[in-house]
Amino acid sequence: MPSRVGVVMFPGTNCEHDVVQAVNGLGGTAELVWHGNSSVSGYDALILPGGFAHGDYLRPGAIARFSPVMEAVGRFAAEGGPVVGICNGFQVLTEAGLLPGALQKNRGLRFLCATVDIRVETDRSVLTSGIAPGTVLSIPINHFEGNYTCDAETLARLRGDERVILRYVDNPNGSIDGIAGVCNEERNVVGLMPHPERASDALTGSVDGAVLLRSLLASALTSANA
Amino acid sequence: MASPSTFSVVVEVRLRPGIADPQGATIERALPALGLSGITGVRAGKSFRFDIVADDEVAALAQGTVVADRVLANPVIEESSVTVTVTATAKPVAG
Repeated sequence: MPSRVGVVMFPGTNCEHDVVQAVNGLGGTAELVWHGNSSVSGYDALILPGGFAHGDYLRPGAIARFSPVMEAVGRFAAEGGPVVGICNGFQVLTEAGLLPGALQKNRGLRFLCATVDIRVETDRSVLTSGIAPGTVLSIPINHFEGNYTCDAETLARLRGDERVILRYVDNPNGSIDGIAGVCNEERNVVGLMPHPERASDALTGSVDGAVLLRSLLASALTSANA
Repeated sequence: MASPSTFSVVVEVRLRPGIADPQGATIERALPALGLSGITGVRAGKSFRFDIVADDEVAALAQGTVVADRVLANPVIEESSVTVTVTATAKPVAG
């Protein structure tokens, strides 16, 4: 049975079809879930894709957090379901309080659109399980607010608990400690700025993102059978 | 108990010190082109205005602070101040 993945779509989300195609191409079954839905039942994993949810008004993710679907996403996460926020989806998860910290504007004041090297720091998360720590993946970033920040206490906790799951090899945006992705304490909610779905087919120049998405699909099945 | 009145609320949101402020930095760099010099520390922010019906200024300020803390500002990177203004007969309360 393939992993059923719900791809949450807000007004202004624009990477949902890329994610659906990538997941389906890896043998999963992805479906779009409108942000007005108050249920996410029937899915083994959820992905919040990139874009500009609610126009990024106020702050990226600030309004999306109040969309009806987010309460259901919160319950799904609390029950241990795998949830991954990519780029704007990461911003939504921090605003919703499902992940610590915040994404501020890039150091250097530039919007960044480039393929960068990301190092997997731990295999203890739903997005990196089964991937050897130290593995370097080449994956595109595409953001203005991707500069991860948090207070010193939170950073110490993230590092101590091995919750920094991905780091930039060459920090492109000023993120504290080179952080590209983090997970929650239970390790089932993950946020990352790079776009694995854009590196999941040879046509896109890299298939390194598929490594992460395959890990998620495997985690989804494990969690569904738990 | 006072009867409910309408209070005018202004919330100012700023990036915390140390958080990158590209807008402020860009504005600051543009100022010398005007022939102005010696202007430093430019920080951009946001201002929000709304009305609250409440029993008194304290209640209005409390509600305005909830809006500021829970929605308008992200405490990880931003700080906010709330000002409530009432009728001509009352004094503003700042918090």
